[in-house]
Amino acid sequence: MQNLAISASDLSKKYDSGMAVAHANFEVPRGKVCGFVGPNGAGKTTTIRMLLGLISPTGGSAQILGESIDNPEKYLPRVGAMIEGPAFYPALSGAENLRVLATLGGFPQDRVQELLVKVGLGDRGKSKFKTYSLGMKQRLGIAAALLPNPELLILDEPTNGLDPEGIQEIRQLLRTLADNGTTVFVSSHLLSELELISDYLVMLRKGEVVFAGPIQELFLQQQPFILAQGTTTADLEKIVEIARADGHKGTIRDGVAHIEGPQEWAGVLNKKAFEAGITLTQLAPQLPNLEETFFEMTGEKK
Amino acid sequence: MIRIIKAEWRKLRRPTLLLGTLGAVVFFSGLVSSLLFLLLDSPQGNGDRGVVITREMLSLPTGATQAFSSVGGLLGIIALCVFAAQTAQEYTYGTLRNILVRQPGRVRVLAGKLVAMKLFAILMVAISAVLSIGISFALAGGKNVSTELWFNGDGQAAIARTFINVLISVICFGIVGMVLGLLLRSPISAISIGVLWLLIIENIVGAVKSSTLNWLPGSQFSTIAAGGSESISYTHALSLSAAYVFVGSLIAVVLFTRRDVAN
Repeated sequence: MQNLAISASDLSKKYDSGMAVAHANFEVPRGKVCGFVGPNGAGKTTTIRMLLGLISPTGGSAQILGESIDNPEKYLPRVGAMIEGPAFYPALSGAENLRVLATLGGFPQDRVQELLVKVGLGDRGKSKFKTYSLGMKQRLGIAAALLPNPELLILDEPTNGLDPEGIQEIRQLLRTLADNGTTVFVSSHLLSELELISDYLVMLRKGEVVFAGPIQELFLQQQPFILAQGTTTADLEKIVEIARADGHKGTIRDGVAHIEGPQEWAGVLNKKAFEAGITLTQLAPQLPNLEETFFEMTGEKK
Repeated sequence: MIRIIKAEWRKLRRPTLLLGTLGAVVFFSGLVSSLLFLLLDSPQGNGDRGVVITREMLSLPTGATQAFSSVGGLLGIIALCVFAAQTAQEYTYGTLRNILVRQPGRVRVLAGKLVAMKLFAILMVAISAVLSIGISFALAGGKNVSTELWFNGDGQAAIARTFINVLISVICFGIVGMVLGLLLRSPISAISIGVLWLLIIENIVGAVKSSTLNWLPGSQFSTIAAGGSESISYTHALSLSAAYVFVGSLIAVVLFTRRDVAN
């Protein structure tokens, strides 16, 4: 338990309209980046709000940094969070907004400028929040979450509105934080980004956890495949025939043959294709990426 | 608690809110004080709702605070708007979730916000007192009103008493605003319903059946500011206001502590 940043056991939230979160069980080890994914309405934000003591669960329990979520005052001083986008006072400057939160949390005021610089708002701290672009607001939200120098950082869609450069900066920032011992629990729709930084993954579908564990474990559960390409379309059809003859499923998509099979079978395919007079221009064994796995596991359409 | 008060004060002191509110305080205090003396001999009266306040009444030790106590109701409306807006905006901006992540003790948050807003109310009332009494003193000479008794022992006691009464009244109005802000979670709805009730509905109900004024909240709060009236005693107004504030605060605490923060 000491090694867990988050531990949820049968955590549930029921509204009149139905179950928003149903018996969620998952654990997040300390010092890791954990992606939190699920389609819209899957219950991600509800779960995050329960973990932060903003809404009361209707069932189950959870622990954050070893403390029950029934006593948020015991763990929240060590937690930074940005929930459902950045929320600040429009008439106050970015710096003044952070000072309000620093005052509330009892954090040193000199952290405000330090954090503004860290998230790339060093020269815009005096501008009113209402004049900020969406990306700047998002950066300010991340700065606010970092105010307590948190042991656990919970971010809900932190890269919304950021340009590619900003996304890359945030990715690096989160990785650095995790490398320095901060646990990062981050929800995002940018699955390719999550795949790059996550060690762990919790996946929700209709309020239920469909996967929770190391991200590599998720991929290992998935069917590996081999991408193969010949010089002509007829070659592709022959490649698929070779695969089927050997008991592997194969389809042609976007001018490439997708063959379900392990990495080792790529060598066999190469040999058989050569014997059939096909020159392979591409032969790449692959595991499904997070996006493909997500669509498969959540039943969402790509 | 101190941290919550300081954080709330950072929001209250922002120039648009601070200068806007104090501007309104200065305007109403100046207007009511000036009209009291400039309309001194007017047959339409020079006080609230055509009440005639004579030169002799103004020459009493309570003369210095006549204008100040008359402006109390308007200060109350201003306080209602400020308290309602400051409370409801946390829901509309979504900032309540930030506050509660940094300060999960909800009763403490509510109490801290209330204390900060009370400090703001003290500032409003103090400025109004200085201005009303200052204008009254400046205009008294020109209207042959004696100010001899205004600052003697009785006069000073009257100033202190009126200050406290106006402050209690303003805080009562403010708490009603805060409760409306928590109930409605929208500054516009909270302010419009509060002002509509206090300025229009209570007056209509009172005009139709005057005895209801003995029980309606706005009427009690205004009576406290005036230190009592012919129809409502000070003690009655104070105890009934305390009951209204207690019930309102209880509703606010229950709602604030139990309601999910889902926006």
